[in-house]
Amino acid sequence: MERREAWRGFTGTGWRETIDVGAFIHDNVEPYAGGPEFLTGPTERTERIWRKLERMFVDERRRGIYDVDAHTPSTITSHAPGYIDQGHELIVGLQTSSPLRRAIMPAGGLRMVQAGLAAYGYSLDSTVRTIYSQYRKTHNDGVFDAYPQDVLAARRSHIITGLPDAYGRGRIIGDYRRVALYGIDRLIEERRERKAALDAKLSAEDVIRDREELAEHIKALEDLRYMADRYGFDISGPATTGQEAIQWLYFAYLAATKEQNGAAMSLGRTASFADIYLQRDIAEGTLTEQRAQELVDDFVIKLRIIRFLRTPEYDQLFSGDPTWVTESLGGIGVDGRPLVTRTSFRYLQTLYNLGAAPEPNLTVLWSPRLPEGFKRFCAQVSLDTSAIQYENDDLIRPAYSDDTAIACCVSAMRVGKDMQFFGARANVAKALLYAINGGRDELTGEQVAPAAAPVDGDVLDYDEVLAAFDQTLDWLAETYVDALNVIHYMHDKYAYERLEMALHDHPVHRFLATGIAGLSVAVDSLSAIKYAQVKVLRDETGLAVDYAVDGDFPTFGNNDDRVDALAVDLVERFMEKIRRQPSYRGAEPTLSVLTITSNVVYGKKTGSTPDGRHAGEPFAPGANPMNGRDRHGLVAAALSVAKLPYRCARDGISLTTTVTPDGLGHSRDDRIDNLVGVLDGYTDAGGFHLNVNVLDRATLEDAMAHPENYPQLTIRVSGYAVNFVRLSAEQQRDVISRTFHGAL
Amino acid sequence: MTTGSLHSYDISTGVDGPGTRFVAFLAGCPLRCQYCHSPDTWYRRSGRPTSVDDLMTEIQRYERFIKVAGGGVTISGGEPLQQPAFTRELLRRCHDLRLHTALDTSGMLGDRADDALLDATDLVLLDLKSGDPATYRKVTRTGRLAPTVRFAHRLADRGIAIWVRFVLVPGLTDDPANVDAVAEIAASVPTVERVEVLPFHRLGAQKYAALGLGFPLADTPAPAPDLLGRVHEQFRSRGLAVL
Repeated sequence: MERREAWRGFTGTGWRETIDVGAFIHDNVEPYAGGPEFLTGPTERTERIWRKLERMFVDERRRGIYDVDAHTPSTITSHAPGYIDQGHELIVGLQTSSPLRRAIMPAGGLRMVQAGLAAYGYSLDSTVRTIYSQYRKTHNDGVFDAYPQDVLAARRSHIITGLPDAYGRGRIIGDYRRVALYGIDRLIEERRERKAALDAKLSAEDVIRDREELAEHIKALEDLRYMADRYGFDISGPATTGQEAIQWLYFAYLAATKEQNGAAMSLGRTASFADIYLQRDIAEGTLTEQRAQELVDDFVIKLRIIRFLRTPEYDQLFSGDPTWVTESLGGIGVDGRPLVTRTSFRYLQTLYNLGAAPEPNLTVLWSPRLPEGFKRFCAQVSLDTSAIQYENDDLIRPAYSDDTAIACCVSAMRVGKDMQFFGARANVAKALLYAINGGRDELTGEQVAPAAAPVDGDVLDYDEVLAAFDQTLDWLAETYVDALNVIHYMHDKYAYERLEMALHDHPVHRFLATGIAGLSVAVDSLSAIKYAQVKVLRDETGLAVDYAVDGDFPTFGNNDDRVDALAVDLVERFMEKIRRQPSYRGAEPTLSVLTITSNVVYGKKTGSTPDGRHAGEPFAPGANPMNGRDRHGLVAAALSVAKLPYRCARDGISLTTTVTPDGLGHSRDDRIDNLVGVLDGYTDAGGFHLNVNVLDRATLEDAMAHPENYPQLTIRVSGYAVNFVRLSAEQQRDVISRTFHGAL
Repeated sequence: MTTGSLHSYDISTGVDGPGTRFVAFLAGCPLRCQYCHSPDTWYRRSGRPTSVDDLMTEIQRYERFIKVAGGGVTISGGEPLQQPAFTRELLRRCHDLRLHTALDTSGMLGDRADDALLDATDLVLLDLKSGDPATYRKVTRTGRLAPTVRFAHRLADRGIAIWVRFVLVPGLTDDPANVDAVAEIAASVPTVERVEVLPFHRLGAQKYAALGLGFPLADTPAPAPDLLGRVHEQFRSRGLAVL
């Protein structure tokens, strides 16, 4: 009876029998082929709530954090309901009892919590400290109990960096839509059935673990029901209206963020799901366009104030306080119908109604076959806000499904069917230096990789270096996956994502997501060795510490096959080595070429390289060409990156571009048309990901000097967006020094 | 095989003609415009000898992208008509590939463009440096206005689309009478589709320094917004689409 009311007017049957939101969307989505004319601006209510938060953001920027609850380890039910403006919010729910007040989550690691609090002048509640140091072990403790020595050495020398061994791994997207479509009762019933089915199996280690996890899923769903109940909502049954659908799915997402301080806490693919409900209400005459937009605006306000307590070291790697509330918009269905709806537009419209912002990390799944009206609106939003990113739907759909979402920056997963073990990245530029130095670190002289004969002679021989590099990569792949296996074993054991995993199918498909940094540095170095003469400068201990390049050599980013082929080879080679490693829980290994903002830190920890880069200089972000070495413009650079094989880098390949407005055309209309064309061309060429910034260098320089004038200036860095003024000065300089593709 | 002197190439968007374009910059130019932002293209010897085949190989690496994105190929310089055979061959080969072609020229050497060259040209980006002959001379130091005007009418007779470009330099080309004269010429040519007013900038100054040359406009500012507005209006009042 309850379901009949909630599902009135919906078609299709498959999704009624089994939990399958993708099938529900297929059966009920109404693609929208028009333009943005129907959209409405913000209401006075929306503006009032946003203004209240904007005033708080000023304090938050000044102090680093606005506030923190240093006494209450966060769980789904730990905090009483919180409001921004009680009685006037359309979508409710906060992580703690008041907005911007951060929570502590010590199960990931106590040191991280203590350092995070200390950085902002707070100290940890002593009882909490006692509990998590004497009675309750953390993920971080577990990992360091089990790390082998060579992993510790590799970690210390920064050839592997950013590992989620002291913080939440994140990058797991619960299918939060399930709560709206089915309600808690049905989801619990399904978990009970799954668990009961395991009773027939003997209690082997994996069966025991599965049973325990399923039991945790049920408890987490009960916690979620209770959390919603305290806000005055009974979410036992399915949502019956658009407002309820958004509220139910937001509660589910919110509960995940109360339980996990994951590096990336992505939302999934919710817009066209919500659209089905909103359009039904509009058709029934119970909702206006203005109100539909207002619901989306209010939801997005909530997503913009998701906060986690993090440390200054963490900020160096992932700068600007990102949360990666990534929402995937658009894309094409397997039946050829676009999955673009009016609500896809409404989500983008929030960037006008509330102003530009880095979160939620709006990600457009692009295909040249998307409707023109949507393509042009996306391009317009990029021109106006630089806040959105693009990923290749024509690569993602066949590799995964048409109900796939991006976690974090570029990591595609079928919603509710795939999860990943996030693995940060290994530094392949440093690995090349290790190869030349027989496994010794070029900065410390320490023997990190197994001792081998250093490459000798005054001038580097390409074949000799490549052979040594290949061996070093063997060691790196083995050590790296070894570290990840330890990390994810312990994360499952001590900081398991109960709710997020409750919103996945059982059994779930797992990826082991490795990554590399320094691709263009390593590749240009190999090119220099191959096509020019690279002389080695050694210190008194025989350690190669610098290089002198004589002659020209082709560089990555100019659509030049001589060097692009070296990049393709390196990606294939490393992926092949990763595939050979045994992985925890049989996870399928993948690879990303992505650095987030860690390109600066990686560069700092890497000595001079044979491409002429000096010790300490930043790497290029992601798969970008090195700064200033792409001499033929954005398209040539993009085509080089597009050659990297997605089948060997299924966790994503990131390219960040910055173009001046004049670099896209003389008039606004031309710029929109031209950006659409570039996105079509790049997607057609097999390019995976593109961050598009449309900015003048002068604007960024002025924002550095007068941050108070640019509170909402948003720029895309590798895979996410940040408030420019929240980056460190060092990061800001790195962004400004990068190639601006403009007209001269 | 035809060989020319190529300074460099770029793949740019919305700058030298519609869409995303392969822009070949040929080396060598008879003019010495005071505002020139690429003094490194003045001499033929500053380019690399390049065969049409080699350049076409490079262009074809972008053919698919250009066709999907929308755009074409622009032959620019320097002054491409200083190398008419090379330019003609490039335009013809691109045209055969069904790529949209544009010729970026001052028009002063328009007489060197034969009919075969123009048959392979879809669009001419015509740099109308000034409307008043004396100012034209002053701006270009070596050029004359009349051949450009003659070339414009020849293009119109052949039905070839023209985008007029005019560099607005405070104190040099901004005199209302001079702007009016440019507008009058543009308005008299029926195939002119748009006028692009390019605000002067000093981004080329470093190149002068690197070449050991003095930059004549080192102290000239970029045009102020109200000057730009006035000039736009002067073109618009003649019924021209101005950007």
